[in-house]
Amino acid sequence: MKIERKIVYESDLDRNFAMEIASIPEGEGLFECIQCGTCSGTCPMSIYMDYTPRRIVAMTREGFKKHVLTSFTIWLCSSCYSCTVRCPAGIKITDLMYALKRKALEEGYAPKNFPVRVLAETFFEHVQRKGRLNEFPVIMKLYMKSGPGKMLSMAPLGLKLLRTGRMSLRAKEEIENKKEFRELIKAMGVNKK
Amino acid sequence: MKYTYFPGCSLKGTAKPYEESFLEISKSLGIEIEELPDWNCCGATTYMAIDEGAAFGMAIRSLARAEAIGKDMVVPCSNCYAVLNKTKDYFLKYPELRERMASSLREVGLSFEGKVSIKHPLDVIVNEVGLEKVKECVKRPLKGLKVVPYYGCLVVRPYPIFDHPCYPTTLDRLIKSLGAEPVPYPLKTLCCGASLTGTVEEAGYRIVYHHLRASKKSGAHLIVTVCPLCQFNLEAYQDKISKRYGEDLRIPVLFFTQLMGLAFGIDEERLGLKRMIVSPQKVLEEVLA
Repeated sequence: MKIERKIVYESDLDRNFAMEIASIPEGEGLFECIQCGTCSGTCPMSIYMDYTPRRIVAMTREGFKKHVLTSFTIWLCSSCYSCTVRCPAGIKITDLMYALKRKALEEGYAPKNFPVRVLAETFFEHVQRKGRLNEFPVIMKLYMKSGPGKMLSMAPLGLKLLRTGRMSLRAKEEIENKKEFRELIKAMGVNKK
Repeated sequence: MKYTYFPGCSLKGTAKPYEESFLEISKSLGIEIEELPDWNCCGATTYMAIDEGAAFGMAIRSLARAEAIGKDMVVPCSNCYAVLNKTKDYFLKYPELRERMASSLREVGLSFEGKVSIKHPLDVIVNEVGLEKVKECVKRPLKGLKVVPYYGCLVVRPYPIFDHPCYPTTLDRLIKSLGAEPVPYPLKTLCCGASLTGTVEEAGYRIVYHHLRASKKSGAHLIVTVCPLCQFNLEAYQDKISKRYGEDLRIPVLFFTQLMGLAFGIDEERLGLKRMIVSPQKVLEEVLA
């Protein structure tokens, strides 16, 4: 049995975190939450979450930075927006989850080999280079990093997709004007205040 | 009716049948579409999880180029549809973000004013072309075919542009106009699991299981979808999920444009029907004999 402090003291909280999240478009209305729990009730992934959406909103605005950014919840959100269209306070909960994902990555809270993160980063890196997604190379990289066992179990499906022409071994989709693409994305990063 | 067509990455890959059937039925309905030259990936859900500047940058490039052409956009992939609409919405709603996007666009010689309309083909077909025209094109009414109308989430959320965010009826009405019977399906806008079927199997497979089980119980012959990821998730893992839950959950999953093409009497190969992982051949022969 490992002894662990089970309560959080006021001094452990990070008010700056709360204010920062509340100040971006995705965090709009964060302080208007009435804790009704409709979001948690409607979320199809809530049964797997360590902290349900309602709790994440409550914890974010109180400043429970570490708890929120190390939660499984933010990665389990499937972006179905069921919560967002039902929230009586108009909080964009799904978009808030995206902002928390970004923050978790930025500040090093996300576990390195977690599949959701690996897929996101592999996808990002591929599309940054080509401008469009080619499923095969991205999926292969994902499986190689998640373990060869997965690749073996997915092989029959992969072969079917190749045979029916729904997937190609060659990464043939790409854009022409890569310069414009890259410069635009770079400018968006640079123009961040 | 002329539109700028934004395919998105999956319609050139795993959702090839969607593009093939969409192009075919558009011809029949008199919808003239032209692919947006040099379109780039919309960023889907992954970009927004990593870098919000890059995410908006990706989407705004395609939007700016489409706006310059001047026609409404038609976007078959629900994910692209939601991402592009979200980018346009944020552009119009948040002045700081708008200025950031506008000045970045200026640097590459593009501009955007938030005027372009981003439409889903389901909306265009039912609300702009109209069901009367669809009925006129039906050469082979799908009488006796029971169909699950599966919308998925992003086509009506977070922007319920053309239908109710939780209880839509557009697809049901379209299926009826083809002579088929849409079954009452309470999970019609329940998420399909999105990319979780590939990354967190336990969660992804379970939600797909709910759909397959409910579909089988409803007595439907097949499921139709309006989104590439929904179609893939519901079709590709049926063997694995059947094994995991010890039930026979095999049921064909088609794109709604393929169903339309069948009713229009278009040749199956041109509708991408030979590319399906769970073949609809047997079901179609039995019911539409």
